[in-house]
Amino acid sequence: MMAARRFSPLVELTLARCREFIREPDAIFWVYVFPLFLVLALGIAFRDSPVEKFRAAVLNDPSAEATLAALEADSRFAVEASDEPTARSRLRMGRIDLIVAARPGERPTYVFLFDPTRAQGVLARDAADDLLQRAAGRRDAAERIDQAFDEPGGRYIDFLIPGLIGMGLMGGGMWGVGFASVDMRIRKLLKRYRATPMRRSDFLASLILSRLLFTLPEVSLLVLFSSWLFGVGCAGSYAALAGLVVLGALQFAGLGLLVAMRAQTIETVMGLMNAVMMPMWIGSGIFFSIERFPEAVQPFLHALPLTPLLIALRQVMLEGAGWAAVAPQVALIVGWTVLSFAVALRWFRWT
Amino acid sequence: MSWAIRCRNLRKTYAGKPPVEAVRGIDLEIAEGECFGVLGPNGAGKTTTIEMFEGLIEPTGGEIEVFGVRWRDDPQSIRRRIGISLQETKFSDKLTVLETVRLFRSFYPSGPTPEAAIARVGLEEKSRTWIKNLSGGQRQRLAVAVALVGEPQLLFLDEPTTGLDPHSRRQVWEVVASGKRQGRTTVLTTHYMEEAEQLCDRIALVDRGRVIALGTPPQLIAQLGGRHVVEFALNPAEAMDDPSEPWRDLSGVIARRRERDAIHLTVAEPHVVLPLLLDQLARRGWTLARLVTRPAKLDDVFVAITGRTLTENGSANGAERAAENG
Ligand SMILES: Nc1ncnc2c1ncn2[C@@H]1O[C@H](COP(=O)(O)OP(=O)(O)OP(=O)(O)O)[C@@H](O)[C@H]1O
Ligand SMILES: [Mg+2]
Repeated sequence: MMAARRFSPLVELTLARCREFIREPDAIFWVYVFPLFLVLALGIAFRDSPVEKFRAAVLNDPSAEATLAALEADSRFAVEASDEPTARSRLRMGRIDLIVAARPGERPTYVFLFDPTRAQGVLARDAADDLLQRAAGRRDAAERIDQAFDEPGGRYIDFLIPGLIGMGLMGGGMWGVGFASVDMRIRKLLKRYRATPMRRSDFLASLILSRLLFTLPEVSLLVLFSSWLFGVGCAGSYAALAGLVVLGALQFAGLGLLVAMRAQTIETVMGLMNAVMMPMWIGSGIFFSIERFPEAVQPFLHALPLTPLLIALRQVMLEGAGWAAVAPQVALIVGWTVLSFAVALRWFRWT
Repeated sequence: MSWAIRCRNLRKTYAGKPPVEAVRGIDLEIAEGECFGVLGPNGAGKTTTIEMFEGLIEPTGGEIEVFGVRWRDDPQSIRRRIGISLQETKFSDKLTVLETVRLFRSFYPSGPTPEAAIARVGLEEKSRTWIKNLSGGQRQRLAVAVALVGEPQLLFLDEPTTGLDPHSRRQVWEVVASGKRQGRTTVLTTHYMEEAEQLCDRIALVDRGRVIALGTPPQLIAQLGGRHVVEFALNPAEAMDDPSEPWRDLSGVIARRRERDAIHLTVAEPHVVLPLLLDQLARRGWTLARLVTRPAKLDDVFVAITGRTLTENGSANGAERAAENG
């Protein structure tokens, strides 16, 4: 009756987690497919679109022809000839940015009518002025060379991808570990495990291991997809990136366990999860740099578990930093990880 | 004699408003190799007691030793030697029967193969079925298979046969019986009298957190003072509630009880009591609408002690009155 082969608790527990996961098509969608949609949508929304055209109206008067011609020569302008009441009403509605009226006289004079509080109006005025001055014979004193800055690494999408990787690690770890453990508690499966000689460390390791197994393809897919679609790359080493991903996955697995350590119902754990994740969604710099927040809250934002991960990911992916450069961030991540696992294990409720 | 379980003055009070005294001082000694039944109505404290034995509920007071070891001294050594089936567990829906059993098998150093454990409860055909697609009874048998994977010396089964069809029930009985042949100790709770009487060497009747009777099934029944029950109904029906109760003082009647539609007399020897009873009825002009005699069962013991019935279908309306005949 003795078993022909020995079964490893760690392998069996991990296998069980993986099987449950891959047999849940919904989960596959939300974990693997949804983030790609997010990248696609955000990437397109924040695509570096050229500056909007200036829309200007030139008032009908004898010299309108010349003015129109001068402005139309520049591709940035969409110009129309119009009478004053119509033009004013269109300016009021925001349909145009600028009204130009030429004043006859000895010296060519132009009156610009625009909303000085709208950047587009001011820009249109400056651009029109420039064109008309040249048309009137002005010569520039110095030469100007314009260069567009759109190298990979400097665009919004490049900033965004590390943010989305971090967000995925946070959501995946918190939900994957936290939700799963509360679910097992409710089903009394944890209680059933507790009555066996199963070692706590095997159980814990299986949660972590299965997390890593799900995370690596998730992040790889995201990186490949954004590189293929938007040419987002990694300036630093992929080993450093992978290392950070593993650290992040561990950190949020620990945090997920911490949040779920006592919760007895799905509602409780959902509430706690959202309460813990919300500050990080907003304040850790997923979508925009945290420097935009007031000085006073900076120390708090920097202490949030997601912030150092995002900073480190961006340093590696955008600036090509190595381990040494992100050591302070790594230390914070490790600190959070150790703290959450220690507390969660101490107070973990099995029944 | 070596004991599988000993407990002294075991208590459990659940905090709350008001607090629930689920177990109020239980002393038990369960011998190795014994099949021990815990019998009692809903809410009696059976699950609480058994889960304290299993180390899953912290007692409020008292001492427990399992194989001479206290839970706080060496829990792992106890866990390696016990197998349990909880009153309710939901294993993972999307794992198969075999995967689930193998998972639990991996926690124990030795034991049957997962396939063999599944065969013991007759679930071979469902080995590769997701648990989601099992019937209630099949899930319960799976829980028993999972309890067996470590080849436990002590097996706890909390209501293992509730809701099972007769065939599946017999399969679980066979698991218990064959374990017993190999010297395994089993502690089980049940609501089924015949199950307890057939399977168990000894039984504790539990009510409101206390053991109200303890012994082998024959000993418990002997406590009644009589081994037979005479059940009868009368014409006219009102006669059954007649205050004169002419059956009260018949010699040989040990206890009497008014059930909803009959009167139950506990007697030592039906052949002595019956002629006397018929004689009394004839004198009053009452006739029998129905009469049955049967051997006394554990329910009768429970009713005799508590005045309430034990069976799942016979809660409050089962027995309004019960009386001892001095
Ligand atoms: N976690 C709990 N918190 C509070 N009260 C509880 C808890 N568990 C059980 N009880 C109460 O303790 C008493 C005993 O419950 P227990 O589950 O031990 O009964 P039982 O004999 O197993 O009943 P059943 O036959 O219905 O399974 C009941 O009154 C129950 O309501
Ligand atoms: Mg119970």
